[in-house]
Amino acid sequence: MASAIFTTFLCRQQRFLTLTRSPVATQLWTRLASTSVQQQTANKPVNLQQLKNLKVDYQDDIAVVQFNQENSKVNTLSKGMMDEFVPLFEQLQNDDKVKGIVVMSAKPGSFIAGADINMLESAKNRDELFKISRNGQDIMHQIEQSRKPIVAAIAGSCLGGGFEVALACHYRIAMNDKRTGFGVPEIKLGLLPGAGGTQRLVQKLSLPDALDLVLTGKEVKTKKAKSLGLVDAVVEPIGPGLQAAEEKNIDYLRSVAVQKAKELTFKKHVKPQPGLLENIKSKIMSTSYVQNYIFEQAKKKVMSQTQGLYPAPLKILDVIKQTVESGSKVGYNAEAEGFADLGATSESKALISLFHGRTECKKNKYGKPEREVKNIAVIGAGLMGAGVAHVSIDKGFNVILRDQTTKALSRGYSQITKGYQGYVKRKRLTNAEYDRILANLECQTTFDNLEKCDMVIEAVFEDLGLKQKVLAEIEQRIPEHCVFASNTSALPIHKIAANSKRPEKVIGMHYFSPVDKMELLEIVRAKQTSDDTVRSAVSVGLKQGKVVIVVGDGPGFYTTRLLMFAGAEVFRLLQEGASPKDIDKATKKFGFPVGSATLFDEVGIDVAAHIARDMQAVFGDRLADKSMPALFQDLVSNNLHGRKTGQGLYIYQAGVKGGDREVNPKFTELIKNYAAEAKEQITTETIQWRTGLRFLNEAARCLEEKIITSPTDGDIGAVFGLGFPPMKGGPFRFMDTYGVSKIVDLMNSYRSKYGERFAPTQLLVDMAKEDKKFYS
Amino acid sequence: MAFRCSFQKGLIHLRQSNTSSIRLATTKTTTLASSSAQKQSQPSGQQQQQQRTSSPTSGTSSSNKTKSLKGLGRDVVFIDGVRTPFLTSFTSYKDLMGYHLARHALLGLVKRTKIDKSTPEYCVMGTVIQEVKTSNVAREALLSAGFPESIPGHTVTMACISSNVALASAANNIATGQNEAVIAGGVEYMSDVPIRYPRSMRKLMLSLNRAKSTPQRLGLITKMLSVKNFTPEAPAIAEFSTGEIMGQSADRLAAAFNVTRREQDEYAQRSHKLAQEAAEKGHLDDIVPMHIPGAEDVVSRDNGVRVSTLEQMSKLKPAFIKPHGTVTAASSSFITDGASASLVTSVEKAKELGLKPKAYLRRYIFTSQDPKDQLLLGPTYATAKLLEQAGLTLNDIDVFEFHEAFAGQILANLKALNSDYFAQKYLNRSSKVGEIPLDKFNVWGGSLSLGHPFGATGVRLVTTAANRLIKENKRLALVAACAAGGQGHAMLVERYQ
Repeated sequence: MASAIFTTFLCRQQRFLTLTRSPVATQLWTRLASTSVQQQTANKPVNLQQLKNLKVDYQDDIAVVQFNQENSKVNTLSKGMMDEFVPLFEQLQNDDKVKGIVVMSAKPGSFIAGADINMLESAKNRDELFKISRNGQDIMHQIEQSRKPIVAAIAGSCLGGGFEVALACHYRIAMNDKRTGFGVPEIKLGLLPGAGGTQRLVQKLSLPDALDLVLTGKEVKTKKAKSLGLVDAVVEPIGPGLQAAEEKNIDYLRSVAVQKAKELTFKKHVKPQPGLLENIKSKIMSTSYVQNYIFEQAKKKVMSQTQGLYPAPLKILDVIKQTVESGSKVGYNAEAEGFADLGATSESKALISLFHGRTECKKNKYGKPEREVKNIAVIGAGLMGAGVAHVSIDKGFNVILRDQTTKALSRGYSQITKGYQGYVKRKRLTNAEYDRILANLECQTTFDNLEKCDMVIEAVFEDLGLKQKVLAEIEQRIPEHCVFASNTSALPIHKIAANSKRPEKVIGMHYFSPVDKMELLEIVRAKQTSDDTVRSAVSVGLKQGKVVIVVGDGPGFYTTRLLMFAGAEVFRLLQEGASPKDIDKATKKFGFPVGSATLFDEVGIDVAAHIARDMQAVFGDRLADKSMPALFQDLVSNNLHGRKTGQGLYIYQAGVKGGDREVNPKFTELIKNYAAEAKEQITTETIQWRTGLRFLNEAARCLEEKIITSPTDGDIGAVFGLGFPPMKGGPFRFMDTYGVSKIVDLMNSYRSKYGERFAPTQLLVDMAKEDKKFYS
Repeated sequence: MAFRCSFQKGLIHLRQSNTSSIRLATTKTTTLASSSAQKQSQPSGQQQQQQRTSSPTSGTSSSNKTKSLKGLGRDVVFIDGVRTPFLTSFTSYKDLMGYHLARHALLGLVKRTKIDKSTPEYCVMGTVIQEVKTSNVAREALLSAGFPESIPGHTVTMACISSNVALASAANNIATGQNEAVIAGGVEYMSDVPIRYPRSMRKLMLSLNRAKSTPQRLGLITKMLSVKNFTPEAPAIAEFSTGEIMGQSADRLAAAFNVTRREQDEYAQRSHKLAQEAAEKGHLDDIVPMHIPGAEDVVSRDNGVRVSTLEQMSKLKPAFIKPHGTVTAASSSFITDGASASLVTSVEKAKELGLKPKAYLRRYIFTSQDPKDQLLLGPTYATAKLLEQAGLTLNDIDVFEFHEAFAGQILANLKALNSDYFAQKYLNRSSKVGEIPLDKFNVWGGSLSLGHPFGATGVRLVTTAANRLIKENKRLALVAACAAGGQGHAMLVERYQ
């Protein structure tokens, strides 16, 4: 189907990496106070007028401390914030007039979103990281031990260090709105919550719940947080009244919190007694046999999902296990040690680099288009077309979904509704929201109302002639300003636009399947494409929630090109006698979510055959010799189309999953006709390096040829589109970490054995000479 | 030519008579001044009447362009309205059905107005929670009350303003000349509500109906045997689009307008006090006492009026938002059974029948807004817009009758009307609508104390407004109400003299 090139399986890995959906959480993890904090606390009275990041005022005998970071939309535990907070906190502790404290945010939508990653990156060594963690633990400890009741009034994102602050307070009141969420997303950056987060979560939650939060880094909304016991009281947001709703809500939350703080000054908060069932449950949970079982299961799950390639989840399990077994003193120490260990790993650095890259690709670097896109028509209601409609209808676009037959439309409509019903089931949406979102979708077989569209995205079959025909047909009906975007994985955009009346309005928008889950959008800019067209496409993509890279109109663009170069080597290995299972095992071990052999079955061998033929014609032997397109053609003519026909490299049967699938004997038979001589024994390592080097080299070549404009785009594209192992940070980050010159040496050695296709590209050779890195 | 000429004259008359009479009425020289104004405008009024009948189209355009008290078409008069006593659900009405109450209201109306049962040409009734057996309760009530079979009736629903819709459609039928006399009413019966099997069970039961063979039937029956299928489904009290219970919304609304718990308790107390006073003074003579089969005595009074001390009220826990909410059971209207009915006719028909109308039904409006955060602000929106259309200000209104869903809701609406911020931001006005003086506001009690049978309250409001205009010897009343779905209604009622 269309460019359904990349597969569902990539999503699983992506969960680890989808840092957070919250737009405000640009800064995520616990930036804990720097070492200088304690020197500053030296009993100097704080001048309340001079506070830049905090606001303090008093209501009766309650002090209300509001986080209000200067020059920022969100609050973070920045150095400036902590330098003010610590001495102020001490002062309030010693002030007899103050009987209780409320901590909250003055900013709507952000309690404390975590902190500045740059801060962690600037830590020079493991010792500094350790101190950072210890320091944070100390501050949280002081809050917890306060003699005066401290109430956290939470509205907006409460993540990482912010969540740790809230957990240290004595009572938590949270606003039940969409923006308020709790979580410790540190694991997504290869870290652990290092300011007592692992400790307090284990205290407050049952072991499985705590592990779930810490190991997935997921965000829970207020209602869920209440039912888990992380939040003591819930405040429903109110609407506008005598002032705007946002200000009003802060006041309202504040008044509820102050009321509670007053109450706590004379009446200690008693946790509601758990019911009988809960009691029995917690008794069972606390037996060491059950706990060990839970840890075992958790470890098994982590290993099966990560192949043991991520150190953070294993370290977290270890820290929590020590806590449970030996108490919190050991636990706190283990947490700080673990934090320091993890902060120094290359995996964490790679994930942080990806986080930066993702943030960058979520920003609009290209500017606003002249005309904002409001109405979109999607041509073709297949898997991709329906997917594109899916991600558009809830973003304020009016969407027309057009296909030739009503049957095709019904299939597409069901795909979309099924997706949204899933959100309702998981309480991400209410029924009313579901109804309203679906009202933005119009399914039709006609071309009605195309004259009102600002953008047409075609997602018909990958066939140049067909796409040209669709373009000609559509161009007669759309207004002058309308952008025509083609969702293709490899067809050259300039060829699609060859007969266009306004080629400057034609662009490629390469979505990845399934569109609602895969975050990447590769926008393909042809030579004749105008700047404004690029701006339109980028702004639509960003609104659709995509991570956007803009690439040049070369054969296979960026992602498909890398896939085919690595894929060519996969087929070469198969020709040399490797089994698809060997290939899958080796590439998965490297960290790809889907084995590279299975990937071709998922993509569809027929689709790959098309691309292989076209790309072989352009790249010649540098891609592969002529046997590759011929082999592909042979597979296709024997009906080995991959998963969709039930057979490809493997045989697909209902109920047989993953590693249990059998290699297709027909394939084994066919490939014998294309057998090639193996120059050396094929090992896991040779498979990894041969496919990997081709991938890396071609990525560098794309940068050299200006197909991509930056290593960041290259890394983001490879990770989010192709499932390149996230803990390696992407091809460019990987080469930096491994060493460019070592890569060049390796390539040269393979070149001597296997020929010119392993010739390192000039850029790499030059960089190796000058000992340069992609990221400075 | 002749048409246009007379049309313009009529326009001028219309403006003059309206403005002059309004001004006169508002200057405190009440009786004498207004009656003399009435005399003066009498001949011109008749003149208009003639024009309107001769050229309805020009009449239409004139009132479209002019700000006026009147809507389109013929004058509509409100003869009288009656109601059953409003009783807390599960009390004396508990063994009846909804249509019994509606029937009683219809019979009471006939008795009170002394019309013949064949006089009304049509009947509209409002209701919210439908009894499925009598889904068109208007028709069932007519038949059971012995009205001629030739009188059609339909039932409308628009949450708490259902009988306002009934009145509005009755008024429309008169104004456009469709009918000469129409009954508008409403009924709500909450002592019995339809409680359903869950959807999965209903599906099985319905397919059982269509099953053809015994094995098929047996198969379906075995599928039914699950606890889930026998868990009943009560009618939803939550707002469908937001999933929120109205009390929660009221609590949030009160918070948004800084309405305190104390203010709410005081307002609720006021409502009960005034209702009790009104009952004692005999103001609530729209009640038609009802005999209930098997009961010891006739039911002749509302039974929800209960004056409590502020101290007693302050002890109650919040009913909807816990623990910090401000709305309690004492400051919310309670679940009520009751019915109301009224007779609406043309001026000519009233004269022909020798009936003395109580009031004119003037302009009315329905509005709607955000069903989540402004669910109960309908009266604010409707009042602002209606006054604007009629070219009036709050000062021109002598009698206010607002539906009291919650004390917090009433106070929030009063504050919204009196807020420049709110007017500019949400009402599209340059400044606030103004402050409603409480001495003109719901002085005979309201839904908080008298009770609130959803489908019947609207007619009670208009009847009370008309009765108050007569008792207080005033000219103009404003009726307003909120409803689920974030909707609102307001109507101007002018005393008939």
